[in-house]
Amino acid sequence: MKAFLRDLRILWRGDASGDRVVPPSGYTVRLTIFSAAAMGFLAVMALALALSAGRLADDWGGALARSATLRIDGPLDTMQERTEAALRVLEQTPGVASAQALTEEEQRALLEPWFGPDLQLESLPIPQLIEIEKTPEGFDAEGLRLRLEGEVPGAMLDDHESWRKPFLAAARALRWLGWGAMVLIGATMAAIVTLAASVSLAANAQVISVLRLIGARDDYIARAFIRRFTFRTLTGAAVGTGLGLIASALLPDAPMSFLTGIGFANLDWLVPFAIPPLAALVAFAATRRAAFRTLRGLS
Amino acid sequence: MLVIALDNVAYSYGGGELLAGVTLELAPGSFHFLTGPSGAGKTTLLKMCFGELVPTSGRVELFGQRLPGMTRDALAGARRRIGLVPQDARFLDHLTVAENISLPLTVAGQDMRAQKANLDELLAWVGLTHRAKATPPELSGGERQRAALARAVILSPDVILADEPTGNVDWEMSQRLLRLLVELNRMGKSVLVASHDLALIRAAKTQTQVRVLRISNRRLQFAGADL
Repeated sequence: MKAFLRDLRILWRGDASGDRVVPPSGYTVRLTIFSAAAMGFLAVMALALALSAGRLADDWGGALARSATLRIDGPLDTMQERTEAALRVLEQTPGVASAQALTEEEQRALLEPWFGPDLQLESLPIPQLIEIEKTPEGFDAEGLRLRLEGEVPGAMLDDHESWRKPFLAAARALRWLGWGAMVLIGATMAAIVTLAASVSLAANAQVISVLRLIGARDDYIARAFIRRFTFRTLTGAAVGTGLGLIASALLPDAPMSFLTGIGFANLDWLVPFAIPPLAALVAFAATRRAAFRTLRGLS
Repeated sequence: MLVIALDNVAYSYGGGELLAGVTLELAPGSFHFLTGPSGAGKTTLLKMCFGELVPTSGRVELFGQRLPGMTRDALAGARRRIGLVPQDARFLDHLTVAENISLPLTVAGQDMRAQKANLDELLAWVGLTHRAKATPPELSGGERQRAALARAVILSPDVILADEPTGNVDWEMSQRLLRLLVELNRMGKSVLVASHDLALIRAAKTQTQVRVLRISNRRLQFAGADL
């Protein structure tokens, strides 16, 4: 760990003459930069998914937890009377902040996506819906159910628990999927950089042999390769992240759909800027490991 | 203290024994020539002196440290005290001659700007000032040998090991290289030169005190007075 941090410090300080000992050309340059750019782009997308899913979970969880719905079924001729009775019960119930019966227009708007705009509600046995807002403490759902059962025939209380749980589970799964994708992207990048560094070390066996001839220590030789691959990865990841951010900003809005809100919001836009330095750190660790392993293998 | 010591060393290669019972002691300021027919094991012996090859049996000590027990860093440190001029001098072809010669300074972490005057002096000493900005593939055989010699001595090492340093050059150039080696020896450096060029060895004997060793039948022995 001590040596790792020392190498990181030296990398940060830079070493202009040491940088030059490794020939600058080779296809590993293009391979590393392209891979880092592709991974940077994918990381931005995965990050957008993870952050959006987190936001979605919070929104759904919060909105559904703070509200409940009371549905009143049964004969239409006593509907008005039972609705008023239900509203009275709700007014007296601790934990209910407000309760409002949906108007005919609001009920029509709810059904419009399925039945179209010209629906005649009077011709259908539509139940009356009452929207309930909870106080932060909430109410005793079981107690309220029992009271409604006695006082308002046909009243069904839905506290949204059965909806909320699968929504939350789905959103949380999506969030983990996003973070999981980030980890996979990081691991893939480490594998690619390791491969590219190993190829580069093998291709530069002559350089290593000359450096050893003049008494270069393994850490000096390794650092020359580590610097090279770390900065290539940083460059590629910065380009990929930039493209990913542009693509995220250009993502079309999809109102009222499951995909609503995929992307970054507010301060979330700052998070992707951590991707290039993190990618460089992954490359640093991967190259360092590959370099020392290869150098130990060379006599 | 001896700078390099080989004690009863043997080296086997490809199923056959190349060297056996070799004992060699390089004292500070000594000048040795190592002769023998091609394939006798001169290069192998030099490589063992440099820590590049490990003997099959026997003991090698570099600056008082036993070779198999040295860490990789300690070996690198010992190599910085040994200037090696290999038979086929290898360079970093993407760097200039001046950069290649000063590479040991970079590796040793010395300030290049402070060493600029030394580098210029060294380039002039080996007659490569006009080739300082050339790349190694642009050099002739003799120029490569001189560049290798300059690179070998830039860190002012305690020992110079040279493997057939005049193999690719004409007589005039070989005399010039010899003069450089003698000059280094007079500065207190130990010198061990592997060469089958008897004329060169005779010329060296006229300039300084030289001990001539010969590898014969896998063993190292002092050469006769005829050399």
